[in-house]
Amino acid sequence: MTDMPISTAPKRSLYAQDARTKKRNRAEARFRTYGMAAVLTGILALIVLLTSILGNGLSSFRQTYISYPIELAAERLDPEGNRNPEEMASVTTFGYVPVLAMSLQAFLEGEGIEHSMGGRELAAMLSEEAPAQIRNMVLANPDLIGTTIDAQILVGGRIDGFFKGRVTMESAERDRNVSVAQLELAQVLADLGIVETRFNWDFITWPDASGSRPEAAGLGVAIIGSFYMMLVVLALALPIGVAASIYLEEFAPKNRLTDLIEVNISNLAAVPSIVFGILGLAVFINFMNFNQSSPLVGGLVLTLMTLPTIIIATRASLRAVPPSIRQAALGLGASKMQSIFHHVLPLAMPGILTGTIIGLAQALGETAPLLLIGMVAFVREYPDFLSTHSNTFPLMGDGATALPVQVYSWTQRSDPAFVERASGAIIVLLVFLLMMNLIAILLRRRFERRW
Amino acid sequence: MSFAKLSVSVLAVAAVSVTAAAAQSRDNVQIAGSSTVLPYATIVAEAFGENFEFPTPVVESGGSSTGLRRFCEGVGENTIDIANSSRSIRESEIATCAENGVTDIIEVRFGYDGIVFASDINGNSFEFTPSDWYMALAAELPVDGAMVANPNSNWSQVNGDLPDQEIAAFIPGTRHGTREVFDERVILQGCEDTGSMAAMMEMGMDEDAAEEACMEIRADGVSVDIDGDYTETLARIDADANGIGVFGLAFYENNTDRLQVATMNGIVPTVDAIATGEYPVSRPLFFYIKAAHLGVIPGLQEYADFFVSDDIAGDWGPLAAYGLVADPELAATQAAVADGVLMGE
Repeated sequence: MTDMPISTAPKRSLYAQDARTKKRNRAEARFRTYGMAAVLTGILALIVLLTSILGNGLSSFRQTYISYPIELAAERLDPEGNRNPEEMASVTTFGYVPVLAMSLQAFLEGEGIEHSMGGRELAAMLSEEAPAQIRNMVLANPDLIGTTIDAQILVGGRIDGFFKGRVTMESAERDRNVSVAQLELAQVLADLGIVETRFNWDFITWPDASGSRPEAAGLGVAIIGSFYMMLVVLALALPIGVAASIYLEEFAPKNRLTDLIEVNISNLAAVPSIVFGILGLAVFINFMNFNQSSPLVGGLVLTLMTLPTIIIATRASLRAVPPSIRQAALGLGASKMQSIFHHVLPLAMPGILTGTIIGLAQALGETAPLLLIGMVAFVREYPDFLSTHSNTFPLMGDGATALPVQVYSWTQRSDPAFVERASGAIIVLLVFLLMMNLIAILLRRRFERRW
Repeated sequence: MSFAKLSVSVLAVAAVSVTAAAAQSRDNVQIAGSSTVLPYATIVAEAFGENFEFPTPVVESGGSSTGLRRFCEGVGENTIDIANSSRSIRESEIATCAENGVTDIIEVRFGYDGIVFASDINGNSFEFTPSDWYMALAAELPVDGAMVANPNSNWSQVNGDLPDQEIAAFIPGTRHGTREVFDERVILQGCEDTGSMAAMMEMGMDEDAAEEACMEIRADGVSVDIDGDYTETLARIDADANGIGVFGLAFYENNTDRLQVATMNGIVPTVDAIATGEYPVSRPLFFYIKAAHLGVIPGLQEYADFFVSDDIAGDWGPLAAYGLVADPELAATQAAVADGVLMGE
């Protein structure tokens, strides 16, 4: 600027920035950095969350099994010798434990594998689920008695943890539930291919198991329960929510009453979810006599919780449809209802679907209201869609749990193996949410293309 | 008046549902209550479902008080059949039950739960007496005829024999049944043993006031109430190497690779020491059966019999393996359950 001739024009150059421009540019650069930092913080938090969950939980999809010939001795399993399943049922799962342990002992002897353990310690290597598995097989097919079957059965949670790196020789020395000898034998058997850790679907399909057999705990009942509840929410909240929104937005007069309703809907969206649980207990269980712990009641409670979200989203998307569309339809002689159902509603559909899916996702992750209606429970029977257990109302009347509830109850169990299970359940829950959001996006694209 | 109307209509509906229940009833047992009893109840429920033709019972947790409140809501298909409890039922609860028509209750004591003090496995070992805990955790201690705020911040200050380690206690929050036992069996006992209680009564307090003062826990951050579960206490100890937590024996037994247990009065908490009563901090565990549901809900009697059978609740059963201290008088309990002996008979 030094060489420039003196003129009346302001001293500005397009090439050199003056102080004010520099200041503004600096402010912009700062803001961008803040923004980037905010995004990075979010991404970092997500990475930490995902690595922790995936690191802990992925192993729950793999399970350790042992396969060896099991001799189903007739004198132990069918003392009467009649092969009558009813008589054989008197031999409980406790009676099957020695059968499994003795077969294992005989097998190890036959293979020449040396170990220093007694029968009780050997039996402790197997899952407590195994006797029940074999017992069910035998009761279903009494002819198996007296034969030797090759079955693959679960090993105990601590041995399973050894192959997943959760249990080590050092920790086993301090751990009263597993011994170093057991781990050494397990390692020998694994080298021989008798014990193997492999992927399995049982974690998804099996029901919950008690605290003493984490290796057998699965998500089956929780997934079915969550699915039923989502069905109820979708079947009730979507039509009611959309109908209410259309009426409020398009037909209702603007007066004090509708203002009051509007305020209340916005208010309800912010009410803590446990309040809906209290309401559900009073109305659906105590007054209407629906079954406690049933997905029907859970679904009804979650419907109440989701309705405000859906109504607010639907009204917003109805409002976003330009008035010219309505006016054009009315101008061509359509009735008000025709204009709404033929023109406004299809245009608003993407927004309504987004709102519904967000509401459903919220409902899928909800635990607090379910606590009060008895769904935070230990349930092992798969719930039927139409309950065969007698009920006042059979539709979805069986007891069930839900996915987030399963996470909650597993984090409370004392066996460290349940940490892995809980993280595995979170992974399943996240996959479900991802799928729901994908469906939402796909549906939205489809509807948008039409217009 | 509307309240009266409402209750009449509710009663009418309830009556209808009860008659409906008599005609066709629920066919699975429903249980709710203590989270301490929950793991035992689920082990029993699981084995029951496997070995009997009846469906597996549904077991809810939520706490002893919640369980008993729901138990006392009334008789009928939509009320629970069994309440699990880590304490015995209170007089007030029996009264509420009676008001709602639940007059016949069978009390079943199936074993004992030990309460242990455990710290990080790599840290110092501790040998406690109740007095140590009282001196460490009391809000105020009587000194020369006046109550002063607890000055102790290190275990070696409390008792010269204890290691030089900062006091950081994680005790169950007040909503837990375990806290009641801790307060009474450890803190109050320590208060009496140290002579503090006598000192307080000399200062002019009556017995109730002195007991209350004894059991007041300091709130200056040295002792932290854990309102969650033992898993939370364990996580806190993982994070704080000085931490000492209060656990149930079963929880400790499942985590012996991470925790070391402290002795109390020189006794190591084991199943045997608790069964004989040598180890002082333990409590009985109960479940309560609604007698009116026996014979109506299929499998209820069988479940109760199965629960207290030697196979399950005995010394070698799965409950003992999980950490339950078997009841030495189990045979008497078995007979009482089989005969359906009601409370107060």
